[in-house]
Amino acid sequence: MVSLFILAPLLAIFALNFMFRRLGRFAAFWVGLLFSLAQIELVLLPRLPFWTNSNFILNDVFRFSLGVDNFTKLILLSSGVVLAVVFVITKALIDDEAKRFDFFNLLFIIMIGINGVALTKDLFSLYVFIEVTSITSFILIAFDRNMHAFEAAFKYIMLSALASVLMLSGMSLLLLVCGATGFSAVAQSLAASPNNFTVFAVGLFLCGLFIKSGLAPFHTWLPDSYSSAPAPVSVLLAGIVTKTAGVYALMRVVVSIFGFSPSMKLVLLFVGAFSAVLGALAALTQSDIKRMLAYSSISQVGYIVLGLGSGSALGVAGAALHLFNHSVFKSLLFVNAAAVETQSGTRDLDKMSGLAQKMPYTGITSCLASLSAAGLPPLAGFWSKLMIIMALWGAGFRMYSVIAAATGVLTLAYFLSLQRRAFFGEVSEKHLGVKEAGLGLVLPSVVLGALVVLTGVLTPFILKSVILPLGNILGG
Amino acid sequence: MQLNIFILICLLAASVWTVMTRSLLRSAIGLALVSAILTILMFNLNSPIAGVFELSVCAGLISVLFISTISLMEALTMKEVIDRMKERLRRFWLLPFIVISAGIMLSLFSLKFNLSLPLPEEQMDVRFVLWHARQLDVFAQVVILLAGVFGVVVLFAERKKEG
Repeated sequence: MVSLFILAPLLAIFALNFMFRRLGRFAAFWVGLLFSLAQIELVLLPRLPFWTNSNFILNDVFRFSLGVDNFTKLILLSSGVVLAVVFVITKALIDDEAKRFDFFNLLFIIMIGINGVALTKDLFSLYVFIEVTSITSFILIAFDRNMHAFEAAFKYIMLSALASVLMLSGMSLLLLVCGATGFSAVAQSLAASPNNFTVFAVGLFLCGLFIKSGLAPFHTWLPDSYSSAPAPVSVLLAGIVTKTAGVYALMRVVVSIFGFSPSMKLVLLFVGAFSAVLGALAALTQSDIKRMLAYSSISQVGYIVLGLGSGSALGVAGAALHLFNHSVFKSLLFVNAAAVETQSGTRDLDKMSGLAQKMPYTGITSCLASLSAAGLPPLAGFWSKLMIIMALWGAGFRMYSVIAAATGVLTLAYFLSLQRRAFFGEVSEKHLGVKEAGLGLVLPSVVLGALVVLTGVLTPFILKSVILPLGNILGG
Repeated sequence: MQLNIFILICLLAASVWTVMTRSLLRSAIGLALVSAILTILMFNLNSPIAGVFELSVCAGLISVLFISTISLMEALTMKEVIDRMKERLRRFWLLPFIVISAGIMLSLFSLKFNLSLPLPEEQMDVRFVLWHARQLDVFAQVVILLAGVFGVVVLFAERKKEG
């Protein structure tokens, strides 16, 4: 019944737009929220017959070849959490009912794309579902239809097209050699006859995924897209779209298809370290809160790729955990940024001061997310970063381990700078009348903040039973 | 074979026009034209599935998105276009020579890949491939087209209302 993850949102679109049109505008929010929460619920109940039942009525019509493992479930969980948050904040931030309905429809489409990327076991299907997310993201970035949004959307679609060309070229060459596009068939074929031609093809495919992941030096689209997009889209892009269509896809193809050759590890380590350091240094120099968070994303994705580059089960498990943690705390930080922008009317950190006094929930949750991103114990980010650093050290990449630890200090520096400039100190005269954001922004912040703390506290208890097996499944 | 060469020349001409034309809108239309010619080539080379995907995604959807977005933007004056073109030419005039030189240099190395290419699966019925072997891709294509429809609604219809 796992095909429901991609079929149900499509059925919802048809039902809301064509069958129950009058009811659709009202129901779209509740249906979207219900789907997102149901997705979370299903992942948290792994023994439900849902996961194993193949006698599903729609299976006679749709014979999709999908696969589920623990890493897939982690992505489904992340996407459920982020999409639930995005549905709630969209309802709070977009007043026009017609525009909001269009937005919800696009969210259903991107839900199909994300779940499709997570579930597919075929290289070409992976590419097509990545395109679903890319095209929908392009429309969502341009949603406000102002000059900045169009510029960002154009930059996004241009680099996305370049990534698509690289991925398609790589895939065509692999198809030429392997004669199939299924993960296992390509992996077997590559293992049986490695040559320069396939190395070139793999290189092209990886470059495409580096662009989609926003890794330096392929990151130029990311800061503009994140900062110019409407607030719910920034949360969506930073929280799950880039993570799934870029980082998850990268991790999946490296582990399930290409494998960890010494040169593959070196490429991943170099790109990961470069992104981690460059993103952190660039974030230090920003005064626009959303641009700072965007550069922070580049840095954090670098961390994930560093963990992957270690090539060990511990590193892969750490990378997967950091992917989930990053989805949660970066979504939270973008929700906070939306609250600050809505209430204070600015995104310029130099024009803010002491907002925590006026917006206590936003201030506290933002502080939690920042500390988790910086890797302070016992919050969620600490454990995933520790696992990545330990994996790098254990695999003999000690220099990269030191770089990862040093980047953690840089991360702490720019997040403390953000907190100090926006939330600490005396309230500026201009912002004396500022109030806490509405329930539509505060509730997601509090839930995500609680999740950051809960994940951190629970990690030591679920390390052996849940987190470490992620690495075994991928590495196996 | 001669027909394929002719189609390739058309493809090259359309590609050059797409890149060199001064209008962004014409460039987007040129992109659709390139995809359409490529589709003909794919059909002629017995790759109907690739041809269908190329036509639906590149010639259809991407062009719709490009054209609808371009139509929402303010066009540059001819003087601005020419100035930018000159600036671009000044910056990138060396690029074609580098690409051609790299091609010639690569051709001088007799690269051997020792490929063992699989045989083409000519017996496979197109209908079987579309509705059974690649059903998930067809489903995703439908979703992409749906995204395109919403893209036009969001980016285009609103503009009409405002106008």
